[in-house]
Amino acid sequence: MSLTGWLQAALVFGALLALTKPLGSYMFAVFTGRRTRLSPVLAPVEAAIYRLGGVGVDDEMSWQRYTFAMLAFSAISFFYLFVLLLVQGWLPLNPQHFPNLSPGLAWNTAISFLTNTNWQFYAGESTLSYLSQMAGLAWHNFVSAGVGIAIAIAVVRGITAKTATTLGSFWVDLTRACLYVLLPISAALAIVYVAQGIPQNFTPYRTVATISGGRQTITGGPMASQEAIKDLGTNGGGFVNANSASPNENPTPLTNVLEVLSILLIGASLTYTYGKMAGDTGQGWALFAAMSVLFVIGFGVMYHAEAAGNPLLHHLGVRGGNMVGKESRFGIAGSALFDEASTATSCGAVNAMLDSFMPLGGLVAMVNLQLGEVVFGGVGSGLYGMLEFVVLTVFIAGLMVGRTPELLGKKIERREVQLALLAFLVTPLMVLVPTAIAVLIPAGTATLGNSGPHGFSEILYAFTSANANNGSAFAGLGDNRFFNISTGIVMFFGRFFMAIPLLALAGSLAEKKKVVAGRGTFSTSSTTFVVLLIGTILIVGALTFLPVDALGPIADHYLLHSGRTF
Amino acid sequence: MSKHFWTALRMTAISVVIFGFCYPIAIWGIGRAAFSWQSSGSYVRVGDRIVGSAIVGQLWRGARYFHGRPSAAGKEGYDPTATGGSNLGPDSKILLAREVRSIARLQRSNPTVGTPPVDLVTDSGSGIDPDISPADARYQAPRVAAARKLALDRVLALISKETHGRTLGILGEPRINVLALNLALDRLR
Repeated sequence: MSLTGWLQAALVFGALLALTKPLGSYMFAVFTGRRTRLSPVLAPVEAAIYRLGGVGVDDEMSWQRYTFAMLAFSAISFFYLFVLLLVQGWLPLNPQHFPNLSPGLAWNTAISFLTNTNWQFYAGESTLSYLSQMAGLAWHNFVSAGVGIAIAIAVVRGITAKTATTLGSFWVDLTRACLYVLLPISAALAIVYVAQGIPQNFTPYRTVATISGGRQTITGGPMASQEAIKDLGTNGGGFVNANSASPNENPTPLTNVLEVLSILLIGASLTYTYGKMAGDTGQGWALFAAMSVLFVIGFGVMYHAEAAGNPLLHHLGVRGGNMVGKESRFGIAGSALFDEASTATSCGAVNAMLDSFMPLGGLVAMVNLQLGEVVFGGVGSGLYGMLEFVVLTVFIAGLMVGRTPELLGKKIERREVQLALLAFLVTPLMVLVPTAIAVLIPAGTATLGNSGPHGFSEILYAFTSANANNGSAFAGLGDNRFFNISTGIVMFFGRFFMAIPLLALAGSLAEKKKVVAGRGTFSTSSTTFVVLLIGTILIVGALTFLPVDALGPIADHYLLHSGRTF
Repeated sequence: MSKHFWTALRMTAISVVIFGFCYPIAIWGIGRAAFSWQSSGSYVRVGDRIVGSAIVGQLWRGARYFHGRPSAAGKEGYDPTATGGSNLGPDSKILLAREVRSIARLQRSNPTVGTPPVDLVTDSGSGIDPDISPADARYQAPRVAAARKLALDRVLALISKETHGRTLGILGEPRINVLALNLALDRLR
């Protein structure tokens, strides 16, 4: 590890800290219907969208109606992308004449973008037309992120409402999230990205003769616009197979830190929005603090493991850190920073190949996903995932002192705890059961890229990532029909069976009266609470996944250091 | 319920127009106007012939040129239509065997300079890494100088000239674009 490596991380973190309040306040204004600086330009567009879409601005929805609207939109957007991929060969903007996708791959890709996972069984540069990329994948990047933000805002409304039966309008929240939050930031980033060298064109690939006598086909496409929303929306599905490791998506150290920052930005800022909506910004900063602690620990362990390097290579006389699957321009610090940010959130973009990380570096990525991606998290899903842990924490704290737990003056009772646990239980169910099935059947181990415990890690990581809607991979694992279908199902449950219980929780909390905080009330903005919250996240995650991790990355680590190869 | 689906259908159509078409086309227009070289692919020309892209690494042959890192992209490596890493884990027998072969090959072609730096025996993430580290370049300098009958000092000076430091002093790692370095080498007389 080097000082410059830590300074680079500190710079990104400092920028994140500085932007959390302004962007958090801006989102507060956007979602409470106040005028913002962008309103003069965007308000007419917003009004036109409602008029064309037949949406009533004041159409307040109960949690059930909000959920139905969200599901209806998700269903339509799934079928749209599924069909687009199935017929892309017959459509324009396909200069490479790529054929239609197979139904299995189209299904997997459509579910994966619907659920904000962006698992990459597809290889963009050799499979997808420019039309599929921009009007399919990049469009999904906007709206699936918008849906995430909308759900988070609805959940926060439920928790912070005085007494209400409604959570707001799904269509209005979705429109505002995409139009006021995602679009302007993406556009600004995309322009910087073009200036830094990310292509943005519609021309066919060009084959050139190189100086030393070879030929090379150079790819193209509308990459910069897609790159910006890919990170900002914590989607993570690359334009090209190598994702942000490719210089086409991430050409310079500057684009690298901007991508890291944009991955973390909305998740971090939403904590401030939460605090403002609760009328007490300390509530938001408490969540920010818990997230930051987990982030710094994760980065430190990952950076340390990668910088220490591979002992097998050291024996051959080659010194230095583990550079397999990493790019020269980012080095180890820039790679660890990116992949930590991307797995802590639900982004899943990578600028270095996780499959080739040291076992402990890969373990950090896996644990990030297993903790439920609450460390800044996905746009929206990070906040509502964290709020699920907040409910569990106040419940556990309440049990310790024998009082009815409260959150922001609302009593947390049986129903709320049941719903929070229901949302939580999806994770072990959707990770451990499919992993067990995969190792038992031939199709589950047929496409492994590595053997031994590392091969097991590939399977475990695939389902962990699908369930967490992350989309990063130990990418040595190839696709086949079993993985296309099973990860598709896991992604679906991972998204909706977390979101729906939390919307129900919000609906239930919204209806409760606020009780006045007394002397015995446990403050959810205190340092004690932050420590308890971190403890709850780690203990719940560890209890669930430590045994299975021991079979994968942990066994891998000890065997590697005893000189075993597979 | 059916009303929700009807609204969903209309909202899908509207949002596809805005985010799927207007947004990327607007960025394309701005890119063409303000950064046309970058947006079209950062093509590098020698005379009027295009020889590659400044951001995409390529396969180099022969002792006269600096070489990039091992690549797992495509059959021969450095194929931008098949980007990716080897995805082999640190305890993979295949990876270890490859690294042993890389080291042997590098030591054969660069006999005067000991064990190679780590970047030169490890495959990159993209398979089209356009850069090498200053240590990688210095390692290859005696070979290139000998093949071109140049003084080693001149080659080393060129390496220093082509080295980009960390951005703002802390971002990324010092690096050398292999294509730029080799083109500069060809211009040396």
